[in-house]
Parts: sequence; structure tokens; C-alpha cells
Amino acid sequence: MEEKDKILDIKNLDVSFRTSAGTVHALRGVNIDLYRGETVAIVGESGSGKSVSMKAAMGLLAPNATVNDGQILFRFKNSSGEIEEADILKKDKKWIRRNINGKHMAMVFQDPMTSLDPTMPIGRQITEGIIAHLGLSKKEAWEKARDLLLEVGITDAEKRMHHYPHQLSGGMRQRVVIAIALSCDPDLLICDEPTTALDVTIQAMILDLIMKVQKTRGISVIYITHDLGVVAKVADYVNVMYAGKIVEVGNVNEIFYEPAHPYTWGLLSAMPDLSTDDVRLYTIPGSPPNLLHEMPGDAFAARNPYALAIDEKEHPPMFKITETHSAATWLLDPRAPKVEMPAELKARLERMRREAQG
Amino acid sequence: MKRYVIKRVLSALLTLLLITFLLFLLVRIMPGNPFPSERMTAEAIEKKRAEMGLNDPILVQFFHYMSKVLKGDFGKGTSLYYGAPIHTVLKKCLSNSFKIGGIAILLGTFVGLLLGIVAALNRDRFWDVFCSVFSILGVCVPAYVFLIFLQYTFSYKLTLLPYFFDSTDFLRSTIIPSVSMSLFTMSTVARFTRNEMVEVSDSDYVLLAEAKGMYGAKLITRHVLRNALIPVVTVLAPLVVDLLTGALVVEKIYGIQGIGKLMVDAISGEGIDYNYVLALGILYSAMYIGIMLVVDLLYGLLDPRIRISAKGGDNG
Repeated sequence: MEEKDKILDIKNLDVSFRTSAGTVHALRGVNIDLYRGETVAIVGESGSGKSVSMKAAMGLLAPNATVNDGQILFRFKNSSGEIEEADILKKDKKWIRRNINGKHMAMVFQDPMTSLDPTMPIGRQITEGIIAHLGLSKKEAWEKARDLLLEVGITDAEKRMHHYPHQLSGGMRQRVVIAIALSCDPDLLICDEPTTALDVTIQAMILDLIMKVQKTRGISVIYITHDLGVVAKVADYVNVMYAGKIVEVGNVNEIFYEPAHPYTWGLLSAMPDLSTDDVRLYTIPGSPPNLLHEMPGDAFAARNPYALAIDEKEHPPMFKITETHSAATWLLDPRAPKVEMPAELKARLERMRREAQG
Repeated sequence: MKRYVIKRVLSALLTLLLITFLLFLLVRIMPGNPFPSERMTAEAIEKKRAEMGLNDPILVQFFHYMSKVLKGDFGKGTSLYYGAPIHTVLKKCLSNSFKIGGIAILLGTFVGLLLGIVAALNRDRFWDVFCSVFSILGVCVPAYVFLIFLQYTFSYKLTLLPYFFDSTDFLRSTIIPSVSMSLFTMSTVARFTRNEMVEVSDSDYVLLAEAKGMYGAKLITRHVLRNALIPVVTVLAPLVVDLLTGALVVEKIYGIQGIGKLMVDAISGEGIDYNYVLALGILYSAMYIGIMLVVDLLYGLLDPRIRISAKGGDNG
């Protein structure tokens, strides 16, 4: 068994956007690790910076974005077969497009209805990347693309190759987007809410498809999602993000059964559950902070019923709980009063654990 | 696709026929008459009316007229050009308007596209700002103001170009009117191209293309331009007709014997020339309908969504 091979290492990523309303500090020091073959989920509310951090990794940040600090180290096998480590933030766009995008790191976007070019047949949209990166002839690329369509579960692939996106259903289009992402055998697949725009039955099929190709191809996957159901189904590790920071990280069991951050408690409590007696679904009070304004202390403090006095003044560091599990909350400081997660949540997680085991 | 084309052509012809009839009616109920009344007696006018068939029922008159028009004969003018056949006069005027308008269209489209593309690629930088200012000026300032400005600068001050249109010195004397007429089209095309390109550049599918590893010229030509140009073609169509039908004031000021000037002369001359007004009305309508037809068919070629739905749909 070879040693765990780290392929992506995001260190202290700090990004802000210039907007007409002022500077939005979207990422405030994000750290994410990913090892080969693993699946990591990034969860959080809209605007927490999930997509921005992954777009940064792909070199796809909007022109009004400024990277203030940080590193995005990506390890891949370059064309001469050596392992190369590149800091994406230090490379220019052209280099990233040529050497990384599509070739080693591919992305599946949220809305399949808008992410395919409406004026190009899907066959050409798939072969485009293959020809650019793998240098195959048009005919070879065409055959490879057709095989990819079959792999992602599209029947009569040969005929579909000539079709335009509007002739396909949403689920079909997402399969095409996945085929495009897989077309050059990437090492890392980033899925940005890949099932949000699809209906529930299609959602499950697309998730199964991604899991299947991950298993057969042995690639690493990053899921960006706000759906904890998806996380539970696919992830090995979970990063919980809030207001441009990772507030809790752990493996899937630690996050679901022993969450330590009050925000994660809130997220888990807000998950719909069939076996609960509550009439109303719990929601986290308040709304995410406006990142236009710098805030001292913990960004979650205003919505946190367990907030301590220090939360108003100083941002909590990451407290290590186990080798894989840490959370950024002052509640874990030895000087803090002992606070347990809400009793209903505890009962619920206990029930989930029993169901999972039984 | 074939059925769509046939359907589209037939409906265009029907539209043209209806418009012709309507024009025919309108011209008949227009105030004014073809005879300079102060110089003709009532009897003479009545005799002339009967001779010209003006006392027949309107449908009979229309039928007579149309059977001639279909042969390319628009009759003779009642007061302009001393009774020369209208189609020969039209031919000469059309040729002048088409040449000058055609140059203006080419100039406006190409320079406009170029300017729009350059602006979109340099978003929020110098060329983008330049393009916005230029577009606003070009859209707001009428062509004849530019014309007078160019006449003043290049003909009067620098004495480089002729003052007026001269068919023997065609090339040099088209520069001033073509350039001044092209500015509106240029500005409109530049602004549209710029905005569409910026919008398409921000679209999800361009993001996906970049995520695929596309960049530079390939990204722009394959994914951005093609999608951005579809709406530009639609705005371009009416502009083309406007330019081809001659700018009324520009032709008048620069002394160009074109159809714009002809229209003004036909209405403002001594006694309205019914036959010219009618012939020009039909011509304008035919050109509008024709260009719209071409654009619709072109649209089908450019945009696969329209092509397929015109075929009667494939599947969801």
C-alpha cells in the first residue's frame, strides 16, 4: 500500500471581490486538503465561499477578484511523466488552461441547462477538449467521445453526438457535462452542486454515476453542496464553511455523529427528517453576515445561541479534536464552559447512527 | 427546413401584396391631386381622369396596376421627369442609393464589429470607454450633421474631396456620404456586439469551455462570437434597409440622385406624383420584407434552436 498521496492542498486562501458596493471579503483564510482517490465535500450556505474557493483552484476566478494571500498546491503527473507540484495562484491563465483545466482538474457545474454551448453539437463539445489536450485526431476523439457518452449512460450515443443541447433533457445534459469533465481522464473532479438543478430521481442517478466513475477510474472528487443528504451519501471528509472560512473539518462520521461547531449543529438540525415529531423544520436564526463589512471575532457569533463573550472580540482558531477532526469554536477551549449539543439533535444523531448500523 | 423556407417565402409575398393594396388605397384617399388645377380647366381634368382610368372601381384599378407592376412596369410619372417611365428612373436612382448605402453598410458593419469586439475584450479599459463614447455620439448625432462637418473639413478646409456628388468621380465623391451614413450603423453594431459579447463571456457555457481548457482565440471564435452575433444580425437588418433606401436628408444635401431624394421630390413637387409615391412605397416595403426574410432564414442557420423547431421539433 503506497503512502497517501496529497493532490490538492489549499493553504490560507484569502480572496476578495471589488464590487460597485465596495470590497467583498469572500474567502478569509481557507485550508482544504485532498488525497488521491478520496472524496471531500464542502458544505455551507449560499455565499459562504464554497464555489469561489473551487473556482480559484480551477483558475476561473472572475476578473474583479483579488487574491490577497494563500497557496493552491496541485500535484499532477506532467507530460514527461514526472510528478509536478504547481501553485495555481502563481501560474498565468494560459498555462492553467493548457496544463490543468480539463486535463488534470475538471469541473461539473450546477445548472446543466445553461452550461452547454447552445450553438454547438454535443459531440463537438466533448471532442474539443480531447483534441486540445490529448492530441488525438478528429476521428479518434469522436470515437472516444462516443464511448464516454455510453459510459455516462446515454443510449444511442452515436445519434446524440449530433444533437444540440436543447434537444436533451436536464439529466441528459448533466451526463454530457460529466462526460466532458471525464474526457481527458482528470485526476480531480470538482462537482459544484451537480444535482441542485435536477429533480430528485435524476439527482440520485447522477450521484450514482459520479460515484461509479470515481470507483472505476480512481479519481478524487470534491463536492460543493448544501445538501447534507448528498454529503452523507458520497463523502469521505467534510469541510463545513461559513462566511469565507472553514469552521469544522472531519471525516463523515465525525461530522455527522460528533459535530463540535454550533454552526454544524444548526445545519444538522435543519435537515429534514421523517422520523421526527417536530411540526416545524428547524432553521438557523438570522442570515449569513454581509461580507462587505469586516467583522471582529467569530462571524457566526450573532446567530449562535452558545456564543461566548470572546466570540465578539477574537476569531477562534482551529481546535484539534482528533487526528482528522477539528473545529473553530471557542467552546473547545479548555477555559470555556462545557456546552453540549442540543438534546434533540443528540437524540436524532443517535437514531441516525443506529439506523446506519442496523 | 425546406417546408419552413417555402412557408416563409409565401407569407412574405402575401404580406407584400396586402401592403401594396393598402398603399394603393392610401394614395387614392390622400389629399392633393395629380393635376396642377390652376392651369387646367375642370373639363380637361375630367377628361384626363377618364383617360387614366381614375373613374373605374378601385379593385379594377388595382388589378390593372398590379398586372403592369408584375411585368416590372410602374407606369409613368404624372409630373416628375416629363413622363419618363418610372422603372428607368428608379433603376438609375436605386443604383446610386445602393452603391452609397452598400458601402455605408459594409463600413458600418465591419468597423462596428471590430470596435465592439475590441471593447468587449478590453472590458472597462480604454477601448471600452472609447467605444461607449463613440456609440453614444454616433447614435445621437444625425447623419447629416456629420455630413456637413465632413464637407466643411474635407471639402472646404482641406479641399481633398468634392463638395457634391459627381457620378463621373464616383469613388471620391462617395466617401463623405458613405462615412456619414455609416456612423449610426457602426455605433449600433459596436454597442450591441460589445454588450452581447460581455454577456456571453459571463455565461455558464463559456465558463465550462474555460474549465475544459479553452482559451484565447479558440474560446472567442468558437464559443463567444458565434453566440454573441445572433442578436446582432437582428438589429442589423432594419439598419441595412434604412441605408439602402437612401438617407433622405443626406442625399438632398449632397446632391445625390438617389431614391431618398426621389421620394422627397415626388411628394414636394408641383402636384403630388401619385405613381412615384406608390412605386417607391412598394419598393421600400419589398426591401423591408425581403431583408426580414433573409434574416429569418439566416437566423435559422446561425441558431440551431430555431432551425430544429422550424423542422417541426425533434424531441425534448
